[in-house]
Amino acid sequence: MSDVAIVGVGCVGFKSIMPELSYKELMFEAAVKAYEDAGGIDPRKDVDAFVTCAEDYWEGFSIFDEFVPDQLGAVLGHLFTVSGDGLLGLANAYMLIKTGHFDVVVVEAHSKASDILTFYDIVAFALDPIMVRPLGGNPYYIAGMEMHRYLAETGTTLEQCAEVVVKNKRNALANPYAAYGADITVDQVLDSETWFYPLKKLEVSPLSDGCIVMVLASERMAKKLTDKPVWVEGVGWATETPNLETRDWCRAIYTEIAADMAYKDAGITCPQREIDFVELSDLFAYKELQHLEALRLCRYGEAGMLLEDGVTTRDGDLPVNVSGGCLGMGYALEASGMQRLLEAVLQLRGEAEGRQIPDAEVGLAHTWRGIPTATGAVAVLSNIKE
Amino acid sequence: MSEKIKSYPGFRIKTADLREGKVPFEAWRPRVRYAWSAGIAMSRFLEELKNGRIIATYCNKCGRIMVPPRVFCEQCFKPVDGWKYVKDTGTINTYSVSFIAGDASRIKEPIIVAVIDIDGASPGMGILHKIGEINWKEVKFGMKVKAVWKPPEERVGSITDIKYFKPIREETL
Repeated sequence: MSDVAIVGVGCVGFKSIMPELSYKELMFEAAVKAYEDAGGIDPRKDVDAFVTCAEDYWEGFSIFDEFVPDQLGAVLGHLFTVSGDGLLGLANAYMLIKTGHFDVVVVEAHSKASDILTFYDIVAFALDPIMVRPLGGNPYYIAGMEMHRYLAETGTTLEQCAEVVVKNKRNALANPYAAYGADITVDQVLDSETWFYPLKKLEVSPLSDGCIVMVLASERMAKKLTDKPVWVEGVGWATETPNLETRDWCRAIYTEIAADMAYKDAGITCPQREIDFVELSDLFAYKELQHLEALRLCRYGEAGMLLEDGVTTRDGDLPVNVSGGCLGMGYALEASGMQRLLEAVLQLRGEAEGRQIPDAEVGLAHTWRGIPTATGAVAVLSNIKE
Repeated sequence: MSEKIKSYPGFRIKTADLREGKVPFEAWRPRVRYAWSAGIAMSRFLEELKNGRIIATYCNKCGRIMVPPRVFCEQCFKPVDGWKYVKDTGTINTYSVSFIAGDASRIKEPIIVAVIDIDGASPGMGILHKIGEINWKEVKFGMKVKAVWKPPEERVGSITDIKYFKPIREETL
């Protein structure tokens, strides 16, 4: 089976709101950038298949997948849509190439969150209609409940969670693709409004608009298209349970399973030693710590201490969310995983400019599909071919 | 029912039983509201509808004049080269007559819907709209039609600024 490389990336955004472009125009711009980046390929003849990632309720269209070929250069081509995060799209593209039937596959994910006028109502519509939905309230209370249990079981502190926000928003200041960079203090986070006890307003990632397109290629084609291939060493994904009544409220089981799958695929036996940096879902501040533990990069309850010791800062031993994460770049719905992946690619190419991690060779990109899901995905990437 | 089965087990539920709460159930009306950004191409298109004009974009590579307009040519995958007004007349490409509404109830006045190839745009380029001022039985493929616009003060920048397309009679040609 051929190895698979990311050979082109294109990003437009991320911004709190992008009313100047339609979703089609947004996708077109990101696609043009990605194809140019992939050695100037022509999508009308050089791409074997396209995978887009979108959820109808975010888009406000039924059967949204029918509306995407034009702006990607996929007219009369082979395209399908994954109703899920961009990292699931990556996993599909990876598998297509692994079959040997496809050499060049494009993956797309975007967010036009600012087009949604009733965001929380749509999230509430994802709750169980008999057991949970009739109770009312803002469905993000689920994050408050999880954070509460997680803190109680692991001994992680409110200050450690707040420190995640400070770190990631500061990281975002060095990322031109980030919408919400800021230089703030732990006290400012802790003094912000309580939204879902114990979760504070500033610990919730604000929404953002943008689009990311990536070009993947088989080893044979990758060598023709770029001199900086980023190899996809392994992918994994998993879902725990939709049932709020029975899920694990301390551990991110879905991430543990997804990570194990990706590590096995990538031949990683000791992630702590083998992974140089991590981009993961920090949709809520505590999630960065919980996910870091679930990725087996430390034990449960240790992530907060690693953060305090500076291990996860940009110049630490295990930088986490140098991009700014979701807290810094903005929560981009199904494009969230692509944000993490984009940063991993730029770091591994040595193109992260002012935020470059020196000598980065193996990076991990992780995503979580947000409230109320227990679904996550992981990709392990490297700039060195095994 | 059949020879062997004279009655099904259970009991019949009528709509009224649900309405009156005799049967347990959950009903939910989702609040799903959006405001889609029209973007560069469609914003201009809507503005021009307000002015009583239909605007297209064109691609110099394939030579197509495209309605509705877009900022990129999806065939050549390149940005378009400019804007071009097209006529508000055209030819019926295909049509149907909708006799029932979304809930399958009978419509009093059936709606004639048609794809209209717009004059001045490339062949096979046009818009989908309604046909009016004609009995549906008289509609034909290839029939020449013209937009009937709302009065300027009633236009809001919407596809419904055109009320419908009506046949162009011989004498008006």
